[in-house]
Amino acid sequence: MLQIRLHGRGGQGAVTTAEMLSLSAFLEGHFAQAFPSFGSERTGAPVVAYARIDDQEVRTHEPIQEPDVVLVQDRTLLSVVDVFSGLSPKGYAIINTAEAPEQVVPELCKKLPKGHVLTVPATDFAIKAMKMNKPGAPMLASLAAATGVLKLESVQKSFQTRYPGKVGDANAEAAALSYNYLKEQMKEGK
Amino acid sequence: MSTEQIEGSLGVAKAVALCHPGVVCAYPISPQTHIVENLGKFVKGGALKNCDYLNVESEFAAISVSIGSSAGGLRTYTATASQGLLFMTEGIYNASGLGLPIVMTVASRAIGGPINIWNDHSDSLSQRDSGWLQLFCESNQDALDTHIMAFKIAETVGLPVMVCMDGFVLTHAFERLELPTQEQVDAFLPEYEPREYLTPKDPVSLGSMVGPEAFTEVRFLQQRKMAKAVHVIESVTEEYRKITGHHSGGLLDCYKCDDADIKLIIMGSTVGTAKDEVDRMRKAGIKVGIISLKAFRPFPYEALRKAIGDTKLVVCVERAFSFGGRGIICPEVKRAMEGTSCEVKTAIAGLGGRAIFGTTINGIVKAALDGKFKDEMTWFDIDSRVLNSYTKDGEGVTFPEGPLSDSQLKASVN
Amino acid sequence: MLEKIKFYQTGSNTVGNRLLNPSMRAIQASVDRPNGLTSGHRACQGCGEALGARYAIDAAMRATGGQIMVVNATGCLEVFSTPYPESAWRLPWMHSLFGNAAAVGSGLAAAAQIRAQKAGETSVPRVIAQGGDGGTTDIGMGCLSGMFDRNDDVLYICYDNQAYMNTGVQRSSATPPSARTATTMPIGEKPGADWGKGKDVPLIAMAHGIPYVATATVADLRDLEAKVTKAMSFHGARYIQILVPCPLGWGLASNVTVTAARLAIETGFYPIFEAEYGKVTSVRKIRQKQPVTNFLKIQRRYAHLLKKNADPNTVARLQAMCDQNIRDFGLLEGTDPVAVPAAIQAYERAETI
Repeated sequence: MLQIRLHGRGGQGAVTTAEMLSLSAFLEGHFAQAFPSFGSERTGAPVVAYARIDDQEVRTHEPIQEPDVVLVQDRTLLSVVDVFSGLSPKGYAIINTAEAPEQVVPELCKKLPKGHVLTVPATDFAIKAMKMNKPGAPMLASLAAATGVLKLESVQKSFQTRYPGKVGDANAEAAALSYNYLKEQMKEGK
Repeated sequence: MSTEQIEGSLGVAKAVALCHPGVVCAYPISPQTHIVENLGKFVKGGALKNCDYLNVESEFAAISVSIGSSAGGLRTYTATASQGLLFMTEGIYNASGLGLPIVMTVASRAIGGPINIWNDHSDSLSQRDSGWLQLFCESNQDALDTHIMAFKIAETVGLPVMVCMDGFVLTHAFERLELPTQEQVDAFLPEYEPREYLTPKDPVSLGSMVGPEAFTEVRFLQQRKMAKAVHVIESVTEEYRKITGHHSGGLLDCYKCDDADIKLIIMGSTVGTAKDEVDRMRKAGIKVGIISLKAFRPFPYEALRKAIGDTKLVVCVERAFSFGGRGIICPEVKRAMEGTSCEVKTAIAGLGGRAIFGTTINGIVKAALDGKFKDEMTWFDIDSRVLNSYTKDGEGVTFPEGPLSDSQLKASVN
Repeated sequence: MLEKIKFYQTGSNTVGNRLLNPSMRAIQASVDRPNGLTSGHRACQGCGEALGARYAIDAAMRATGGQIMVVNATGCLEVFSTPYPESAWRLPWMHSLFGNAAAVGSGLAAAAQIRAQKAGETSVPRVIAQGGDGGTTDIGMGCLSGMFDRNDDVLYICYDNQAYMNTGVQRSSATPPSARTATTMPIGEKPGADWGKGKDVPLIAMAHGIPYVATATVADLRDLEAKVTKAMSFHGARYIQILVPCPLGWGLASNVTVTAARLAIETGFYPIFEAEYGKVTSVRKIRQKQPVTNFLKIQRRYAHLLKKNADPNTVARLQAMCDQNIRDFGLLEGTDPVAVPAAIQAYERAETI
């Protein structure tokens, strides 16, 4: 089972991102689950959402304490919330920023295997393609590029299913920008 | 059969729509809102025909409108939770007394004060004696299927049914769900034909006053319906499973119980979490089984006695309790096991949304096997630091870390 | 001693009924009257509510060709009409709770509509929800307002006897000032019900902008029948409040129920009017203005006001209250109601009466 924890701020669509992650996995024939950390969160407040991917029915409903992947949709959370709490030593961390991982989270880079801490300017891609700070699709695309657990096409299709028409297509475009960016970075061995 | 990756609430809304209710009442309270929002969409968009969707001004009105439409001969659905359920209470008892087969989701949530929007079972269990059937769901697939079964059970028995699904944990979880087809549901659940309803074609009076000369008999007959409900739940479940192949519903469900040294009795979504933990514990050689209690009212005494069998140790994982008393499930289990040497205990956990992890289940099993549950009831996942921050300065009382037994609680006030 | 009031209905309403053209006769004068609330129920002697309900329901039955279903709030009317296993109702009738009749009515109306729709029937049974003033103006207010808000096709009838009679005469928000009830005893410095409390539900109903609102009394039963008939010609939420004197609660002789109601009209104590879509459309004029003492002195609930040592200002204030109603609602011939009548409690609170 792959367990993913998403950190974002209210209004950025972290819960939707988790749902789309599960939908992408579902579209590829996996069993998947997504759920928010429940509360009366307001716009701008830290939000946590969870997702699981497995090849059999996901039965557990416990919050994820030891994630395999942590997605940070808003880098300002790094100093506010212990976002990497319990992250598996072999796990992945993807942070929404244009800066290099070593500059943003040098400690974490030392702990995790090489190439497991990644940064991607997801908000830039979202704003470029959608004119909105909804970094979910580019974040999921970066997860797809980094780990291969999902295909870019599934990520795109999940958003297009949820938001048929222009909004879905714009999300798909933002996802592609992010995916290609990360693939390029990885080629360069950054 | 269609398979979709959707939110639990949407799954339930789709299931309810497949049952073609004539009236759906909506009043917002978290965490049931997404269910009625989706149903509203179906009605307004024309997907759900011959259905009136009423936005009412309170839960009291929601149950009251439901009483009116059910008495008027329509299949009726509404949903609520927590404070809303309590606000309905007068109508809840009235609906069962009138024998109206309303189906209502309770997206279980704690009751305030202090106000708390998270999941436990104190709302639904507060209505234990209301005369409604109470069916608990362990997963969203179970919830989806149980709603469809609930209409048939309610209409066969002539009593209303609460379908209790854990708020947020299930209602807001996005999962793979299999929806039966309209044809399957139509074959299973025919058009509602009320035995008696208000119509000028055949005028009747409903809800008249009953005095001491007949009240006991009215209550006896109501209890008789409950006894009938035990059989109806079983037969309806069997029929539904045959049609859909889904292993949902039932009075209770056993998981790895055959050779278990200890059995946990759990209601709701904790069952799934516990199943994963049971698998891990069994790999480590601990023989533990789970009884997922699906029907709380009527309580399946006989089925439970059979399910427990000759197991000597049973722990009820309870997400509510009775103030000034103890657990709510435990005494029922003891009644079921009367005359045996089976020890039945309560582990209180998961109140007001405190997450129950696999490790929580693991801890409960190990504590029970180590004989640490001396009292009937133990506060298992309690945080002494929070307690002590209140009692230490005020009363000079400190509690040790870890689970606290009932006798520790009592000793602290001596 | 009762003051004689001249009988004004001569040749028209009651006495002359049998001389009228049959089509103009009261519904109750017909041998095939619907008799929705049949005889043999257990109401008190002289019960104003039983009288009002019988006329109102039969009028609705006639107006709809018998297509009426009734939801009854808890209260006297429910208790005296349906002691298990008997029922005095000869139409579909149900009782659920004290405070939810309007909402149950909404549900029943929805059911009737959807059932007719599914069966392809054009005739849809109509719904009346009814209750006393306690079940309407107090505990049922939320559900009533919700039904008005949604404009559900329900006629709500409030049988207003100005207190909780079923439980032993306790004050409701329809109890008038200075009246004695079990919870507003005529003792202390301010005997009886407080001034400046209470609410005017007909005006509240009008503020919802519903199609039809009316007040009536059991003293003018043709007027009551006409209003119910008119109410049934509208679809949507409608409200009729009928003053139904209660011999027990008011301390009336059981043969003066109708007299008490008539005096409530003729003194201006209870304005009788109709409103459509929030605006007053007609007023039942006072035929011979009576001083409020004529209304007060036949009721033991006001006996403390007329004792030797009673404060005369209280009766004067009640008279001023009636006069204010007369002005606001234009109750005298040749006068018009003001555009937006204020609740009488407003004047009490402003201490202008």
